[in-house]
Amino acid sequence: MNENIDLKLHVWRQNGPSDGGRFEDYTGYAKNISTHASFLEFLDVVNDRLILDGKEAIAFDHDCREGICGSCGVVINGQPHGPQRATTTCQLHMRKFQTGAEIWVEPFRARAFPVVKDLAVDRSGFDRIVQAGGFITARAGSAPDANEIPVPKTVADKSMDAAACIGCGACVAACPNASASLFTSAKVAHLGLLPQGQAERMKRAISMVGQHEKEGFGACSNHYECEAACPKQVSVEFIARMNRDHLKAQLTYVESAGKDGGAG
Amino acid sequence: MELRSNAPTGPIEKRWDQHRFDMKLVNPANKRKFEVIMVGTGLAGAAGAASLADLGYNVKAFCYQDSPRRAHSIAAQGGINGAKNYQGDGDSIHRLFYDTVKGGDFRARESNVYRLAQVSVDIIDQCVALGVPFAREYGGLLANRSFGGAQVSRTFYARGQTGQQLLLGAYSALERTIAGGKVKMNTRCEMVDVIVSEGRAVGIVTRDLVTGKIESHLADAVVLATGGYGNVFYLSTNAKGCNATAAWRAHKRGALFANPCFTQIHPTCIPQGGDYQSKLTLMSESLRNDGRVWVPRKHDDVTKDPRTLSEKDRYYYLEEKYPAFGNLMPRDIASRQAKFVCDEGLGVGPEINGVRRGVYLDFADAIKRDGKQTIAEKYGNLFEMYERITGEDPYQVPMRIYPAIHYTMGGLWVDYNLMSTIDGLFVGGEANFSDHGANRLGASALMQGLADGYFVLPYTVGNYLATKGKSKVTESDAIVKQTVDETKARFQRLIDVGQKGHQTVDSFHRKLGTYIWDHCGMERKADGLKKALAEIPKLREEFHADVKITGSGEGLNRELEKAQRVADFFELGELMCRDALERDESAGCHFRTEHQTNGECVRDDERYAHVAAWEWKGKDVAAREGNQVRHVEPLSFEYVKLTQRSYK
Repeated sequence: MNENIDLKLHVWRQNGPSDGGRFEDYTGYAKNISTHASFLEFLDVVNDRLILDGKEAIAFDHDCREGICGSCGVVINGQPHGPQRATTTCQLHMRKFQTGAEIWVEPFRARAFPVVKDLAVDRSGFDRIVQAGGFITARAGSAPDANEIPVPKTVADKSMDAAACIGCGACVAACPNASASLFTSAKVAHLGLLPQGQAERMKRAISMVGQHEKEGFGACSNHYECEAACPKQVSVEFIARMNRDHLKAQLTYVESAGKDGGAG
Repeated sequence: MELRSNAPTGPIEKRWDQHRFDMKLVNPANKRKFEVIMVGTGLAGAAGAASLADLGYNVKAFCYQDSPRRAHSIAAQGGINGAKNYQGDGDSIHRLFYDTVKGGDFRARESNVYRLAQVSVDIIDQCVALGVPFAREYGGLLANRSFGGAQVSRTFYARGQTGQQLLLGAYSALERTIAGGKVKMNTRCEMVDVIVSEGRAVGIVTRDLVTGKIESHLADAVVLATGGYGNVFYLSTNAKGCNATAAWRAHKRGALFANPCFTQIHPTCIPQGGDYQSKLTLMSESLRNDGRVWVPRKHDDVTKDPRTLSEKDRYYYLEEKYPAFGNLMPRDIASRQAKFVCDEGLGVGPEINGVRRGVYLDFADAIKRDGKQTIAEKYGNLFEMYERITGEDPYQVPMRIYPAIHYTMGGLWVDYNLMSTIDGLFVGGEANFSDHGANRLGASALMQGLADGYFVLPYTVGNYLATKGKSKVTESDAIVKQTVDETKARFQRLIDVGQKGHQTVDSFHRKLGTYIWDHCGMERKADGLKKALAEIPKLREEFHADVKITGSGEGLNRELEKAQRVADFFELGELMCRDALERDESAGCHFRTEHQTNGECVRDDERYAHVAAWEWKGKDVAAREGNQVRHVEPLSFEYVKLTQRSYK
């Protein structure tokens, strides 16, 4: 059942954001790899061999290895998360490669994603976009009964489609403009579709789109590479939705000027 | 040492209300004068940090991941329990309480469990308010499903990604409070020690994973929400980074570690494929609602295409042995039954070390009954994940599953206020031991994490601060420098050995995991545990003499991170075996083969109706016999009568 393959492997090594970086040829370390191993387990095997050879292991982000935490993500032969559709790097398995195949591995590249080391990049810009408005303000203890606000199933399902985003950043790496529109719009749509998210909907669209720009992500010019690369297949229709909300908000949203008076 | 649970007395349904009333409050204007450290940003940590910040406290939060959104709570698939009784099927707070105490095989504190069941209702409200897109009926109201071990439908879910959606809800609240300036978030930053001054936790020592810098952070209270220790086993369903270092370091500074042998095996994971395997993947046990578990009846059939076997050649062992619960048997029993049939040679899938370790989980009947569309709506993403990993299509061929270590009920001992035996050191979520006894029911981990974070810690930490006031320790105190220096020395020792060693960190971790799995896994027996207790210290010594770590202490060095975590796993793994040996009974997931009737646990309530909490006695040396002392917190059951669990 197990079958092993040999690969020609090139991996991007870069010792921090100020280092230039280069591809290293690790073909000698990439032989006899089980086709049932995941891509990250393949990198584990290569790392084990590098360490025993006295070399530093390749740094890459990973954690759950179940395709849900969004930590992992490298560009494999030019494709973020590699050749399999709707699949994170950790869920890609080596049976997708033939023996003798050439594999080039590099980090997600974008100005807003500086390299931390080797294949690991800094995606904290995503957190700051969420900080700008990717939430519904509801303090613990203040919520009404959960069934007080019915949500039509179709709306809940659509919201869930958007909420499925794992924040991996593949959309940015795939986009020729290094835009994070798919990421941002998924959060805008997830919350904006729900009745609970209406109160802050306009403010959210303005703030999040504004922060997206501040972080140095590019604009969307409808290439749709993001959707093709998205491991959760988040749809580009949410970008259109975000743009509508943003436009409407620019025309209608006024920051509240009301001041809380004293209680007497 | 007397362990005081500080649990209130009186009618159980009034205890939490009364306790909240009795607790001291901090004046709103004074809250901003207090600093609280939150370590970990999973459900308990993110919810706790956001809630404390919303109350007005200043919070410093830490996570080892690059973003708080990635904590392993995110991987929970099936759902979250809430005693809403929206289905009108007989659920109530008391029933959830009863099920949890019974499911935990009577090794949890009644007061804590009742509170958990009470706040479960508020959690669902809170999550919906935050925009968690739970599954809905066509009328727009919330949908529920039933889950392992329960006869009512009380589980709320968001497709197969409930943990993700609940965590993203808590994360969004956390990010809002970060934006508001009340939480200072430190990502890629790992807690590696706790600073204790005159018995009070006053801060932590962290290592910045990017720069390698080791430094101190001070506060008036410290909360650990750092998850469980399942990764002791190496192969587990935990994320690769999950570790026990924060809890273990707290233990070595005076926090008692309770019931370390209570570790849960999850019955529905994808079986191991080969020796390169880095983790095991869980398939939500909600699959057991519609999937039927079976193995071939005859040894000759185990390699045949399962679809060619007729009904009479299939052994639906759970349905046959337990007709009332069938495939929804609690996790521990479902897991052991899978092991039994595989040990008998009826397992399916690849043979590893002479045994086929896999059983079928078959959806053919469900697809025939409900249609492929309905099954795809419920489990689509799980089926896809299975196919990606195994290369087989579960719509066509039955899934193969096998148990794997999944959750740890044991953890740092805490009182009713979730405070450990170190003053001011609180522990929430999986990292504490408090609510699940010897076995956790499905969909209860998410409930407990959020209960602790949203609804318990914000009260009890406030009460502590109101009572104790601010910590007087400053950066210039000797204890701060001393703790930092000890941490630096510990890392330096690993770096020094690592330059000369010959074996990788992972190779040691795999060996440790194998010992623990073989002797302190699904089944334990005295001679096996004694063997493990003899072997683990030898392997640990070898680790400290021959581990190979390339790279330096400055900068990102994953091998060094792993090495210090594995060093702690060695000590914790040994304690697990000691605890398992000392607990000479079977209870829940702790199955001592000496104490059973036909594969089911036989408890010894006279001798073991208690929590075992271990106190570290040694200094910075490995745990030898006598380095830990076992203390006991007796458990009394006033509301749920002690009975032998029976699911027949």
